[in-house]
Amino acid sequence: MTQSNRLNQGGRIDRSRRLSFTFNGQQYMGFAGDTLASALLANGVDVVNRSFKYSRPRGITAAGPEEPNAIVQLGATEAAQVPNVRATQQALYDGLVARGTNGWPSVQRDVMSWVGKLGGGFMPPGFYYKTFMAPASMWMTYEKFIRKGAGLGRSPSEADPDIYDHFNQHCDVLVIGSGPAGLTAALSAARAGARVILCDEQEEMGGSLLDSRESIDGAPASAWAEQAVAELAGLDNVTLLPRTTANGYHDHNFVTLHERRTEHLADTAAAAGREGEVRARLHRVRAGRVVLASGSHERPLVYANNDVPGNLVAGAVSVYIRRYGVVPGQRLVLSTNNDHAYRAALDWQEAGREVVAVVDSRAKPDGDLAKQARDAGIRVITGSAVMEATGNQRVSGAKVVAIDTERFVVTGKVETLECDTIASSGGYSPVVHLASHTGKRPQWRDDLLGFVPGEVKGMHVAGGAHGVYALGEALADGAGVGAEAARAAGFEEAAAIAVPDVEVRHESPTSALYQVPHEKPPLRAPKQFVDLQNDVTAAAVELATREGFESIEHVKRYTALGFGTDQGKLGNINGMAIAARCLNRSIPDVGTTVFRPNYTPVSFGAIVGRHCRDLFDPERYTALHQWHVENGAEFEDVGQWKRPWYFPRRVNGKRETMHEAVARECLAVRRGVGILDASTLGKIDIQGPDAREFLGRVYTNKWAKLAPGRVRYGLMCKDDGMLMDDGTTSCLGENHFLMTTTTGGAAGVLEWLELWHQTEWPELQVYFGSVTDHWATMTVTGPDARKLMSEVTDIDLDREQFKFMDWKEGKVAGVPARVFRISFTGELAFEINVQANYAMHVWKALFAHGEKYDLTPYGTETMHVLRAEKGLIIAGQDTDGSVTPEDLGMHWAVGYDKPFSWIGQRALTRPDTAREDRKQLVGLKPKDPKVVLEEGAQIVLDPEQKIPMTMMGHVTSSYYSPVLESGFALAVLKGGRNRMGETVYLPMSDGSVHQAEVVSTVFIDPKGERQNV
Amino acid sequence: MFHIFCPYCQEYREEEEFHPSGQAHLVRPADPASVSDDEWGDYLFFRDNPRGIHHEMWVHRLGCRKFFNITRDTTSYEILETYRMGEQPSITAANAEVRREQGVQTADGGWQTVGAQPENSRLNEETPS
Repeated sequence: MTQSNRLNQGGRIDRSRRLSFTFNGQQYMGFAGDTLASALLANGVDVVNRSFKYSRPRGITAAGPEEPNAIVQLGATEAAQVPNVRATQQALYDGLVARGTNGWPSVQRDVMSWVGKLGGGFMPPGFYYKTFMAPASMWMTYEKFIRKGAGLGRSPSEADPDIYDHFNQHCDVLVIGSGPAGLTAALSAARAGARVILCDEQEEMGGSLLDSRESIDGAPASAWAEQAVAELAGLDNVTLLPRTTANGYHDHNFVTLHERRTEHLADTAAAAGREGEVRARLHRVRAGRVVLASGSHERPLVYANNDVPGNLVAGAVSVYIRRYGVVPGQRLVLSTNNDHAYRAALDWQEAGREVVAVVDSRAKPDGDLAKQARDAGIRVITGSAVMEATGNQRVSGAKVVAIDTERFVVTGKVETLECDTIASSGGYSPVVHLASHTGKRPQWRDDLLGFVPGEVKGMHVAGGAHGVYALGEALADGAGVGAEAARAAGFEEAAAIAVPDVEVRHESPTSALYQVPHEKPPLRAPKQFVDLQNDVTAAAVELATREGFESIEHVKRYTALGFGTDQGKLGNINGMAIAARCLNRSIPDVGTTVFRPNYTPVSFGAIVGRHCRDLFDPERYTALHQWHVENGAEFEDVGQWKRPWYFPRRVNGKRETMHEAVARECLAVRRGVGILDASTLGKIDIQGPDAREFLGRVYTNKWAKLAPGRVRYGLMCKDDGMLMDDGTTSCLGENHFLMTTTTGGAAGVLEWLELWHQTEWPELQVYFGSVTDHWATMTVTGPDARKLMSEVTDIDLDREQFKFMDWKEGKVAGVPARVFRISFTGELAFEINVQANYAMHVWKALFAHGEKYDLTPYGTETMHVLRAEKGLIIAGQDTDGSVTPEDLGMHWAVGYDKPFSWIGQRALTRPDTAREDRKQLVGLKPKDPKVVLEEGAQIVLDPEQKIPMTMMGHVTSSYYSPVLESGFALAVLKGGRNRMGETVYLPMSDGSVHQAEVVSTVFIDPKGERQNV
Repeated sequence: MFHIFCPYCQEYREEEEFHPSGQAHLVRPADPASVSDDEWGDYLFFRDNPRGIHHEMWVHRLGCRKFFNITRDTTSYEILETYRMGEQPSITAANAEVRREQGVQTADGGWQTVGAQPENSRLNEETPS
């Protein structure tokens, strides 16, 4: 196919660099500097997509981010798939592959089109929900086919080969948009010395200057833009970010900018010859001041069949002709309510194609451009508008009629003009989206017939973004606003730059026209589209108001107006105007909806940046991690720690299952000796003359008499009396203690101690330091533990000399160590603490000596089974923030007679915490020993009771015990301690019911003799 | 990206070093045993949720580990001042408008109108209007 619509000269493309690309399976040629949209138009491609709901053929409508139809799926390979790309914003590159996101099996022959054709009239808003919702269970089935038919693009099923990153940036003045106002604003601020970031979403900076017919200082506007950009590029205090969309405007001038780094060059950075570079970058900018110079979007008029390919907004016609050397048709009819749009007709005629007519809704347009058109011999039909387009896959004509905009009726006879392109302009809407992100509602201006941004602290608006449209005025406005922003950012000397010379044009006022009246009543006329992406028609908006939806927010949700990926950039104002007309209210009275970030779709890669895969979250390793890896450990995440979960061995050539490995590890500890890497336990060093007093206030039990060399288990409550953490604390010296916490609770407990010390008891002299990482902890436990330890340490291990809950200092494997006789398994246990960098040496020495005892490493799963067999709790598993020490049956660890009212004490006597029937910790023994109850399973007393049953509690920990050869569990049960021996029931989701007996929490060695052998 | 002035470090630090820690200026009854269940319940469970000026406790968790106070506007999320534990706010719901006008906005130092910089102690000495 040839580029039949390409002009031989003109435009900002490089005709010497030909690019080949594929669209919907067909190969085409374009030039460097093209967008995908301009290249498609150059090749005469009319239908680029099928519409979302009615499956109507759609063509390219606009030239920027507001494009509602040309939404494509990009990517030559599966891994490079990108959905939701606007063809108007995608730079063309060699080898680009894209297809329309809608249309199945193809946009030309669409199986869903019968729905639009036959059923179109019967598809009011809410059609899918009203029709397919019943039965509800079938919706998922219907939806699959509806989605396939409608198409919304798809995400790739293979991993993205590209990388993305984030930049944090600070600047004095951030200028968003590099059109006339943006450029003069940036120049004013930059020349004053402010650090300026200037971003623009287009491939090239200059905005509307690039397609302007006007002159600046006697030269083409685009030449002045090039010169201004060149000056800014040469300044050290200016960062230019082209191809960068300001996508979100957040609190306190925090703006997110999305920069396309290699997306415009190829499918992947590697394919672009830029291997290792980032595909897209998210700039997180904290700006002193923001200058919003985002310009405006032209509104199309709403008329019948305004969606047939060949209907464009007028400004886009000029952009395609002047920037890309592409005329998107042969014969043009322009329908307008303002002067500025006339340039489309002038550009069209100068390109050598026929302008059939300009249809102006105003009675007497007499502006300079209108005169120029008349002088050029163009037919101007006044007081009229295009009422309806004819044609199917391409416009074939325009039905023009005289209208009365006040009464919203046609007043004359319909004339049909033969043409293949209809350009329309209903005026201009300032791009208020970013300002709206901050929560500030846009303000309606009757003189502009548009919304302008609300007032945002730290934001200045320049140019078209607040309705200053004329070129000379926009340049001056930008210059002044840029200086004002710089002054506000502390550059007091900042002054507006001298504004270049621009000829002033006379324009006659724009008339208020949004929807063109049709000879048939709105609900009978052919479809008049308001929101092209979501297939929302004027009739749908009208129907919504008739059905009682009066708030624009409700109209939006009922019709889906503005819900597309384009967020209604083209259609919203027209929709509001139609709703206002139907409700007989003013547009500001109907109000506007809120725009939210992001302004245009952003790929997840850019949002995630480097925070993925291994860098998603920091990982913490113990000093022994490498040994665990080499010995085949499976790991479990505990907070950020990687802890060995279990150590599967190969038995008879087969790798053990977790169940087999845990059973073996449990028996090794109960019968021989096992070893656990417990280094992750939180460790807090506490010193000071008031350390002991402080411990007495934060723990529930007593600390006044704990002598150096002794260890005590403590419970820590919040002030509501609920357990928050537990652990042992050892007295290292009269004023020196070492507190241990749960692995996950370490940081929280340290902060908790600081909180109480700093805010309640600053008079206490006590200091806290985290020493978790300083010490490695190895637990040697089992009946053979003492034998093994005696081979590696000089500490006297005699059971009378080194009692349970003692700690001693000495050498282990020749290394200084603290050894604690505490047990979390119920067996004889020694917890060895050594400086972390000696840990591997000690660990290996233990294994060298431990071989003859079959020293068995065990992981967290075995640790859980062993402690649960002893009824030892894990804070956060057996407790959940609603469990008191009394509920746990730990009355022995609560010092009610301590002199100071410790944290949580007062709450324990509140009526609710003192109730007898609170959930209490009990053991459960399943009647069927093979059953391992589900953790979280609910306990009931009467399994025959009708749902909802009376729930009495739930299982908190449940395992299989190889020693008991039975499942067993810990649970919290209402009034549990008075229910010993009772049978309870646990109904499961599959309808089965387990039976269990309420027993003591201690399943093994109830007298605690084994830890003292 | 957002900077908060730590009144102990005496400098602006990254927001990621800080963490909120609930309502400021809560008074724990000095003798818990002597208060009624209702009073103790109020202390435990009831918190203000104002629209506008709010005093909050924050902690410089990844810095000096000190707790301090922030006066913040819950409608605009502006931090109006930061001050040490034990000090009283100079900006309150009663005088917020006056104080805000006196403030200065720094270009890149976040949005504290008056931080607990040296001028804070001076502001503290003034009698609130």
